Amino acid sequence: MEFTLSVIESPPADTPTRSPRRQRAAYRGAGLALAALALIAVAVLSIAVGAKAIPLPQVWQALTDRDAAEYAVVHEMRLPRTLLGLLAGTALGVAGAAMQALTRNPLADPGLLGINAGAAAAIATAALLFGVGGGTGQVWFALAGAALVTVAVYAVGGGRTATPARLALAGAALNAALYSYVSAVMLLDSASLERLRFWTVGSLASADDATVRRVLPFILVGLLAALLAARPLNALALGDDTAQALGARPALIRAGVIVAITLLCGAATAACGPIVFVGLLVPHLVRTLTGPDLRWLLPYCALLAPVLLLGADVLGRVLGRPGELQVGLLTAVLGGPLFLWLVTRTRTNRP
Amino acid sequence: MIVIRTPGGVSLRLRPRSLVVGATAALLALAVGVLAVGHGDYPMSPADVLRTLTGGGSPAEEFIVTELRLPRLVTGLAVGAALGLAGAVFQALVRNPLGSPDVLGFTQGAATGALVVVVLGGSSATLAGAAALGGIGTGLLIYLIAWRRGVHGYRLVLVGIGMWAILSGVNGYLLTRAPLMEAARAVLWLTGSLDGRDWSHAGPLLAALAVTVPVLLAAGPALRMTELGDDAASALGVSVPRLRLLLLAAAVLLVSLAAAAAGPVSFVALTAPHLARRLTRAPGTNLLPAAIVGALIVVTADQVALRVFPSQLPVGVVTGVLGGGYLVWLLATERRAGRL
Repeated sequence: MEFTLSVIESPPADTPTRSPRRQRAAYRGAGLALAALALIAVAVLSIAVGAKAIPLPQVWQALTDRDAAEYAVVHEMRLPRTLLGLLAGTALGVAGAAMQALTRNPLADPGLLGINAGAAAAIATAALLFGVGGGTGQVWFALAGAALVTVAVYAVGGGRTATPARLALAGAALNAALYSYVSAVMLLDSASLERLRFWTVGSLASADDATVRRVLPFILVGLLAALLAARPLNALALGDDTAQALGARPALIRAGVIVAITLLCGAATAACGPIVFVGLLVPHLVRTLTGPDLRWLLPYCALLAPVLLLGADVLGRVLGRPGELQVGLLTAVLGGPLFLWLVTRTRTNRP
Repeated sequence: MIVIRTPGGVSLRLRPRSLVVGATAALLALAVGVLAVGHGDYPMSPADVLRTLTGGGSPAEEFIVTELRLPRLVTGLAVGAALGLAGAVFQALVRNPLGSPDVLGFTQGAATGALVVVVLGGSSATLAGAAALGGIGTGLLIYLIAWRRGVHGYRLVLVGIGMWAILSGVNGYLLTRAPLMEAARAVLWLTGSLDGRDWSHAGPLLAALAVTVPVLLAAGPALRMTELGDDAASALGVSVPRLRLLLLAAAVLLVSLAAAAAGPVSFVALTAPHLARRLTRAPGTNLLPAAIVGALIVVTADQVALRVFPSQLPVGVVTGVLGGGYLVWLLATERRAGRL
């Protein structure tokens, strides 16, 4: 009886109404385009705003015309800074979303769980052992530190018994240990202190072409790996057995996602210091738009996380005049209250 | 188990093992203290130290012991005891072995207060006052944000972690605003150090200990009942929200004043209660053993930092490294036991 009823009620084949599924895809595609527009707008602002403001209509001229008065300012300072903000924002946002999916834990964030702090501790070690120099070696140290903590966090929090609060607590304890190590390094060596104290806040101010070029390949590879893992990660959300039945290979996917998170967080932290909350909040805000499907969630995060990071950076340049406020301070001060609201509102605070 | 009953209906239970462990740890702490007082540019034998302490030394020895070396020792003992006690209370409040004030943002608040003074410029007395105020203010803020018909342990944890992250950002920023020399001084303070402490540093903390220790010990039986769960404790006549507020206030006061005296000496509050529990094998919260073990840890770590390393390190580096290693081990065992 059910079947005949449903056949009768389905619309005739020749009506041009689109299925709700395709309609939803169209909405989401349009939303993605809007997010891209927002990113472009923030990027333009990031090039225009600063100690020497460039009027918006002249931004394009300053970018392309070699004879324009602002060509040097834009190409040597603002453009690398904007590109770095873009890369780091994308990296942190996607890493956060991937991590929340991997650990099945809404409070997973590379900053809160100590992965960025692991990279920071490794870089502090490098500064202590080999002197401070922002060479290519720094990225490798950051990657090693990030990898170590990612594996540790996953070992602790990947199991089914880990509740969000307990995982967050374990991450916070790791964070406290790693930062107390970093401050011990700063104490032993005043040359490290002079450089590391600016770097540990999290700032885009030291961006130049070389930095961007150094971290670009790592972030691109990490991004590619994360996006490729979106579909199998969706399957993994149903549990290992179901995922296997759907053709996914859980161990391989987990290893791939851990590598992706390590590349993204390590490279972002090496370039602009440990930044918290971007990886936590952007996926949460985006999820209200897209739902839990990672095939949409990850691209949205990739576009909207840099909007947040660059926006915070621009805000820091406006608020801190004539100097600037570091972007790490702003993400902490703006993102913190949002986090508090999130944890006092939702049921994640159950043990 | 020994039970002492008084005619007034008050009974006191004593576990022999806890007594032995507590007494041994206290004796060890005192022994390390005697060695610590004897160490320095004018070396003194333990016998000389004891003779001077009991009033039989020369005026020079008297001055060196009571004015130069004893304040450092007493500050160290008091800081360790306060942190151990506060750590035990926090771990009982949030019912998690990782719930120590360093992790939950309370010490970061003290650091923020101190850094503001470093950036604006001020004497070390102002710095200590600001640190205490910062810690207490942060504690109040966390309590208010986490409060919803009482403070549940896990909401306290999550709000504390959020505050930790916010205040770390603020502290990092404040550190960049200070001139380099002042920043070096600030980092030394942030690590926790007992260098150059005199009686004015130990005084406020000793007063706080004198007030809070009896209060906490009196709250001990009620605290043990909350381990049965909030409902059972309420049924047994414990006002759980009021108890939590009292415990939190006492612990925050201890942590803030300890930070004001010696800076946020890291991980003592995390490790001391664990170590105490492992040694006494007593279930529940071991308040006094935790305090004694905390004092032992701080004075021993200070002596290690002074004597083992060629350039004299602050005590916080040693406790930080030991505590970090202990934390990794703890995470691994908690994970294996399925408690995480």
